Amino acid sequence: MRRLVALPFAKSFQMAYQSIRVRFFRSLVTTMSLVLAVAFLTFTQAGNKITTSLVLSQDPAFLPVLSKIGYDVNPATADSTSTDNIGSSAKQRWIVFLSLLVCVVGIINAQLMSVTERFREIGTLKCLGALDRFIVRIFVMEATMQGLAGGIVGALLGALVACSESLFSFGLSSLAYMPWRAIGTIVLYAIGTGTGLSLLGVLYPAIVASRMLPVDAMRVEQ
Amino acid sequence: MSEAKKIVRVTGVTKDFDLGKIVVHVLKGIDLEIEEGKYISIMGPSGSGKSTLFNMIGGLDKPTSGKVFIDEVDIAQLDAYELAWLRCRKIGYIFQTFNLIPVMTALENITIPMTFAGVSNDAALQRGMELLDQVGLTGRQSHRPSELSGGQQQRVAVARALANSPAIILADEPTGNLDLSTGEDIIRLLKELSLQRNVTVISATHDYKMLNVSDQVVWIRDGRVDKIQQRDELDIKTGGLESAAH
Ligand SMILES: Nc1ncnc2c1ncn2[C@@H]1O[C@H](COP(=O)(O)OP(=O)(O)O)[C@@H](O)[C@H]1O
Ligand SMILES: [Mg+2]
Repeated sequence: MRRLVALPFAKSFQMAYQSIRVRFFRSLVTTMSLVLAVAFLTFTQAGNKITTSLVLSQDPAFLPVLSKIGYDVNPATADSTSTDNIGSSAKQRWIVFLSLLVCVVGIINAQLMSVTERFREIGTLKCLGALDRFIVRIFVMEATMQGLAGGIVGALLGALVACSESLFSFGLSSLAYMPWRAIGTIVLYAIGTGTGLSLLGVLYPAIVASRMLPVDAMRVEQ
Repeated sequence: MSEAKKIVRVTGVTKDFDLGKIVVHVLKGIDLEIEEGKYISIMGPSGSGKSTLFNMIGGLDKPTSGKVFIDEVDIAQLDAYELAWLRCRKIGYIFQTFNLIPVMTALENITIPMTFAGVSNDAALQRGMELLDQVGLTGRQSHRPSELSGGQQQRVAVARALANSPAIILADEPTGNLDLSTGEDIIRLLKELSLQRNVTVISATHDYKMLNVSDQVVWIRDGRVDKIQQRDELDIKTGGLESAAH
């Protein structure tokens, strides 16, 4: 007889969902850092794309504003620059990189906290017969749900702000040149990045916690 | 008496904690045999090593040396799957701090071990409701731990420990966080259940109320078994302790 313990997929999903729902405020704080990181990423990337497409449009209506905010609107040089790079000067990329780094640290910290404050729960589940991977699976599901929710909200928020900003600066006529497809791609990538970061943040602490002896996990003061 | 099955056997168990500069010798060689269906109290002053021994017997921690046999199986030889199975099916744990899962309702807490054991959802819910009735919590199935008193939480923990009809219930200071009469209720409940189901109850405690219901008392002092008393030897003593306590 093979002595096996089991945790059906649907059941672990339900446990993860319930954990988020009941600790709603706590989950919201964790998710919030994700929303901000993803919104910032989407905003800067979508903003660049929009400006690029306006520069390429060569529509004289946008030229005064474009040159005022520092773009080289000379057709010759504009064409020779890679379209992706317009607007993202080395300095700006550096800023995006640093902000993302801060957000990554924030997300990892939030997920680390959410695992460590549940050490006793993890130890108890192991006493009841949970395998290490049940624990990891529950946390991965929680992080995925938070990552998707935070990613979707953040990406839409970032795209919305980027579009409104260009409408505000360039007027309604800029709508005709909005690179919708490119913005959509950016939004999808940003959601993926957010979910990936959320998973990255939760994986290490969850694996460490799941491997602890039940006594060690339950001894942790909380 | 010797023909009864030995459900737990502890041989030469020691446990050291390495604190870097010093090594604390907490258990200094424990030998113990526990018969099936008995109610055993492990008594001793605070810090004598009761919880440490409890963790060894329950497979929650590893001894530094010596062996623990559950049902004649050396638990050090079990792989991760078998150990999880043992914790799930063979042993029910009760803790001083209740250790319920805070986000789950009473009923959900009771059904987790059944889920791990592969019991279907409907069957688990039905059995969970029966267990709630048996521990006197009829109608409390959808309460979260934070909405229950300490005594009620411990009753949920007792029901959870019984979920997969384990052979052994391990209880570490089950009355430690409860007031006197609530503690007595829990002890009576454990005793009743142990009689009804022929479950072996092993309870670490320094609560003398436990003596009345025990078939055997193992006195631990300073990491060693001081003496083992059977119920009949005990009666004379309990009288003295009872009157001393009152
Ligand atoms: N993880 C640990 N690290 C260091 N010392 C420990 C640890 N666990 C228990 N001890 C020590 O072992 C001794 C016995 O503890 P314990 O088994 O909890 O006693 P009891 O349950 O009888 O009160 C105590 O002196 C305690 O400080
Ligand atoms: Mg103790």
